[in-house]
Amino acid sequence: MRILLIDDSKTMRNIQKSVLKQLGYTDLEEACDGQDALSKIDAFKPDLCLVDWNMPVMDGLTFVKTFRETDKTTPLIMVTTEAEKSRVIEAIKAGVNNYVVKPFTPDLLSERISETLAKCSVS
Amino acid sequence: MDASYITPFMTSIQNVFSTMFQLPVEIGEPRIKTDSKTTHDVSGIIGVSGEMTGTIVLSMPSDTAESIVTLFTGMKMDSESEDFADAIGELINMISGNAKAEFQRKAVSISCPSVVIGAGHRVASGSGVPCVVIPCNTDCGEVVLEVALRETTEAANSTSAAA
Repeated sequence: MRILLIDDSKTMRNIQKSVLKQLGYTDLEEACDGQDALSKIDAFKPDLCLVDWNMPVMDGLTFVKTFRETDKTTPLIMVTTEAEKSRVIEAIKAGVNNYVVKPFTPDLLSERISETLAKCSVS
Repeated sequence: MDASYITPFMTSIQNVFSTMFQLPVEIGEPRIKTDSKTTHDVSGIIGVSGEMTGTIVLSMPSDTAESIVTLFTGMKMDSESEDFADAIGELINMISGNAKAEFQRKAVSISCPSVVIGAGHRVASGSGVPCVVIPCNTDCGEVVLEVALRETTEAANSTSAAA
């Protein structure tokens, strides 16, 4: 399972890496914004992406829309401080499969990851 | 400034600190700030735009900031460390984003965070924007949130149009 972590905060990527390693996922790649992520997709071929929303250069929503033009199936989880209902709806319409609001507990993040992977492998 | 703009920040700092690193926060009495000098020497800053405009600042002494960042990241870190500013920035990002969610009826955006480290620095909010200081006590020391927000003309117009 290859997982791409897209967040401009190294602190947040480290926290996510620590949760994922506890879950047994070790094949991880990092990107600091949407554009950096798009440049790594072809080589890394992720099975799951965790995407922040507010990032410089290219934000998470633009990344999701661009990514979904060519890939309709790889699961995407938005991990963001954007908690308004309208934002959640906007992200889901753009193509995210699940949504985690920061701050989160390690348990919540692992629950959402397991839930997303289960749902996407069934469909 | 409307008190309903302040309460979400009190709840938010408590939520972020307790969820991310189990640090209880005791909120003190908010007060109006009368000068632009920051209270402490490490500040995380977020700009607010849209139907509300202004700045949110998370300010704390260096030793308090170092203790909090160490709890947050799980790594011993001082203010000279490469990732120290990133951690402070992520904290103010989460606090502001969480509080913003309480302004459901307003279209408000927040900027990417900036961090300033150094004694006696000043963060200027726009002229005529009142700044409310929220003192917060933690086991790591005192932290303050400075909230300087006002509604924009855009928001006032949409309110009168809706009425």
